[in-house]
Amino acid sequence: MSNKPQDVKQNIKVALVGSPNCGKSSLFNTLTGSRQKVANYPGVTVERRSGKYTTADNRTITLIDLPGIYSLKDRTLDERVSRQVITGTHVSESQPDLLLCVADSTNLRVHLRLVLELKHLGLPIILALNMHDMAQRDDIRIDPEILSKELGIPVVTTIAVRRASLDDLKNQLSKTLNDLPEKQEAVPVPTTRELQQQARDIAARALLSEGSQHKVTRQLDRVLLHPVFGIIIFFITLFGMFQLVYFWAAAPMDLIERGFATLQDLISNILPDNWFRSLLNNGIIAGVGSVLVFLPQIIILFTFILILESTGYMARAAFIMDRLMAMVGLNGRAFIPLMSSFACAIPGIMATRTIEHHRDRITTIMIAPLMTCSARIPVYALLIGAVVPNQPIIFGLFGLQGVVLFGLYLVGIVSALIVAMVLKMTLTKGVAQPFLMELPKYQLPVFRHLMINLWERVKTFLRRAGTIILYAAIGLWLLAQYPKKPIGGLEPDIFYSYAGIMGRALQHIFAPLGFNWEMSIALIPGMAAREVAIGALGTVYALQGNEGQVEQSLRTIIQSTWSLPTAFAFLAWYIFAPQCFATIATVRRETNSWGWTAFMTGYLFALAYFAAFVVNKTAIALLA
Amino acid sequence: MMTIKYLSDLKKGEEATILGFDAESCKDIDFARDLEDRLLEIGFEEGLNVKILHEGPISRDPIAVRIGQMTVALRRMEAAAVRIYNGKS
Repeated sequence: MSNKPQDVKQNIKVALVGSPNCGKSSLFNTLTGSRQKVANYPGVTVERRSGKYTTADNRTITLIDLPGIYSLKDRTLDERVSRQVITGTHVSESQPDLLLCVADSTNLRVHLRLVLELKHLGLPIILALNMHDMAQRDDIRIDPEILSKELGIPVVTTIAVRRASLDDLKNQLSKTLNDLPEKQEAVPVPTTRELQQQARDIAARALLSEGSQHKVTRQLDRVLLHPVFGIIIFFITLFGMFQLVYFWAAAPMDLIERGFATLQDLISNILPDNWFRSLLNNGIIAGVGSVLVFLPQIIILFTFILILESTGYMARAAFIMDRLMAMVGLNGRAFIPLMSSFACAIPGIMATRTIEHHRDRITTIMIAPLMTCSARIPVYALLIGAVVPNQPIIFGLFGLQGVVLFGLYLVGIVSALIVAMVLKMTLTKGVAQPFLMELPKYQLPVFRHLMINLWERVKTFLRRAGTIILYAAIGLWLLAQYPKKPIGGLEPDIFYSYAGIMGRALQHIFAPLGFNWEMSIALIPGMAAREVAIGALGTVYALQGNEGQVEQSLRTIIQSTWSLPTAFAFLAWYIFAPQCFATIATVRRETNSWGWTAFMTGYLFALAYFAAFVVNKTAIALLA
Repeated sequence: MMTIKYLSDLKKGEEATILGFDAESCKDIDFARDLEDRLLEIGFEEGLNVKILHEGPISRDPIAVRIGQMTVALRRMEAAAVRIYNGKS
């Protein structure tokens, strides 16, 4: 038997609901701080954010942040999940006890419509009029008391980014939770038009002063959306982002590499030369290290993406690029994720979450690995350095090596656009989706929220490195180590291993591409990450020395033993081949579908094979 | 007498009043379904004033319009479903 009234109902759950751009996620971050979890709802790619919040009277409740929606019409996955959760029909999420509806005070009329729609679903509601400071600055005055009376629910004002402004909300939460009203039966929702009419009437009564549009936003947009300056600024932003991704990441990447090397040396000194040392050094540390080395780039990219999002610039970028993306059937929101994929496909694929429409999002994910990521650069550099003479061309303006590298990037981009077009006509075919989006007011990012979100993304990446990539590294090590070289064997150890056996079998398949058995074997450990193939080639050719020496020897070997058609075919292979476990694992998580993951892996390998074949045969014909 | 115009006909800087919606005028029927609801939900409404603030860099598409206190981006294809009256007779 309970002795305190608050024990009557344990595990109280409050859901935050609101339209996009109402500041709902900010409010969620401020209320829960770092006590939050991000996952997916089972079976769909809708993000489930939940967290803990402790009220003034020491009651801990669960807060869930439902996706930003304009209505509950089941048109998008976000709308469907939100409606299912709110009506208590969701398979895994139980019905919340209370809705905390968040509305943008500067846009009351539009946001009230959702409040009215939610009221029909029968749950108790508290309305938070958010961005109260901005409304005041723009001379928009709302009377919360009139609004509360008209709506029949408690109304408080909030400034989500300021903790001190949330006292009213916190008091109201405690008050409502201590005397939680009964759930009502859901009643049919009137048409959008009827709701709109009601919202307009109520807004007219509660709005004391209409105010004007956010001045800073208006002025910034005049520059940032300018047909000439807007584009220039957009490309400078992108260029700067890439400069910093490579410039800032270089030192920490070096540090991580050296750290792992030191660790390997340490282990070599402590442990005797046995299978366990090899597993630690050549399997786990080498494998996981080859993925973790990209962490600095990933962190910087995510920081940029999060800043672009939280300031409101991301929507402008989508506006600027929309027409271009529309040509291949995508919308402007796909541009930044694809750009990010030039550094690393993992943050790119994770950034597709901002694409509202499922089919567009899938299409974008499918083509993201075609963008030339930084892991390909060592492979490209090695091969180009070995087989392409660095002679000046076009009146000495360009070097041939640079032109070839640029060509490889270009082939990736053009292929991605073609694949997107083909997908939109076949697998992701469907009704064109409207490009209809609010350009939110510009806001300064909140450092604390930025850090919370960044940590969330980094955690996801690290968790993957700690699980699937770890297993893959161990698996690849096993394949490359066993069985051992027979006594009297003349070839390097890996030749006799499972990887060697598989590689030699694969060589029959790869023969039309001009690949020799050494290359075929190197591609197997190269599944961990693209640049691992270089180290693997070193192993296959039994090269000794440090990284630089191995690369130098490899260059000589490639020059003397690979034919030109073979080397170019290998380059062509690397434009397409999805030789990256981390990317494949990310696609699996973000699409929530083994089917799409298998499709992406399959089509990229097929394209890689086809391209390498064509390049090999063409080069042979040209050189004959 | 006033001429029937659509939001998609306006140029940058021009203003008009929303008269109603004409989603049926879209060629693609599936696309037009829900379009009126979506436009209403994001804040388009009869009687409100709209002004084209910005145009996309290529083919002047998409457009960004001021409606009430906010800015909404949409393609001209969608804007073609919004009937307007721009005061000229």
